[in-house]
Amino acid sequence: MLQVIRYVISLLTLSLWAMAANAAAIDDYVFATPEQQSRFIQLTTELRCPQCQNQSIADSNATISEDLRREVYRLIGEGKEDQDIIRFMQERYGDFVLYKPRLNAQTLLLWFGPLLLLIMALVILVVIVKRHRKADQPCVLDKTEQAELDNILDGKQ
Amino acid sequence: MKKWTLVPLVLFLVLSLLFYRALFRENKNDLPSALLNRPLPEFQLPAVLNPERLITAKELTGEVFLLNVWGSWCVACRIEHPYLLELAEQGVTIYGVNYKDEQADARQWLKLQDDPYVLSVADVDGRLGIDLGVYGAPETFLVDQQGMIRYRHIGIVDKRVWEEDLKPRYQALQKESG
Repeated sequence: MLQVIRYVISLLTLSLWAMAANAAAIDDYVFATPEQQSRFIQLTTELRCPQCQNQSIADSNATISEDLRREVYRLIGEGKEDQDIIRFMQERYGDFVLYKPRLNAQTLLLWFGPLLLLIMALVILVVIVKRHRKADQPCVLDKTEQAELDNILDGKQ
Repeated sequence: MKKWTLVPLVLFLVLSLLFYRALFRENKNDLPSALLNRPLPEFQLPAVLNPERLITAKELTGEVFLLNVWGSWCVACRIEHPYLLELAEQGVTIYGVNYKDEQADARQWLKLQDDPYVLSVADVDGRLGIDLGVYGAPETFLVDQQGMIRYRHIGIVDKRVWEEDLKPRYQALQKESG
């Protein structure tokens, strides 16, 4: 019992510590309005850290993410629109920096690939089902075939 | 067998090839620079060895050169440094961007390790780095005579990188400008 309590306590401490570490990534920026703050949070989770590759700049502790968060903060403070800030990042770090890639010739497959695969899977499914139906249908003979069968059954050849 | 039954197989092979290439391509962690064929970003920064002198982007243009992003804190830069000295000796023009560094450390580095750069600018807060799309050091840009960025190499420049990637492009740019 004591051991279980100890275990739970250490888990709790660990999760608290993890929360603290997570909060450390969100620098102590002071915003003029709550709306600015929510834009900051939104933008930093939509922008991808160029160095760590699979974290947003909000999640990442890399120095480059720190710098980019500072830039987002600065740009918001300068009254820039969200799309201006995203364009700012994109002009420097390319499409990679966007978690929501734009639709262009290069990202066409990314956007519509899954849909394409789904459609193909559906087509294949329909074809297979249709074939099965055909196989299940009772065998219907035409007139000459029926006559032939009758003959055989009658033993007349 | 009808023709269309081959479609899934062909599709599978095409996808496999695509994934194979994405998985095993060289330098898969390198991001292509968003600044290719765009002018060097504007800046006005002090020179590392002469902080009173402010350097602008315009001062760097006029010839084909390498722009090397470095820092005294950067271990890979330490490994790269001797080869940059060799290149400078061969007559390659190299400018430095001293990225997010303590200026005293940077000056000491250039004095102790020798200086391959025509000059280095001090990008203490990393603003120029952001304008260049830099996300680490070392990174090396190849800039043409008009001040346009034409190539970017991420990571150490060594003999192999120079011979295979940078030198052919460097020479082509020199020829282009006559």
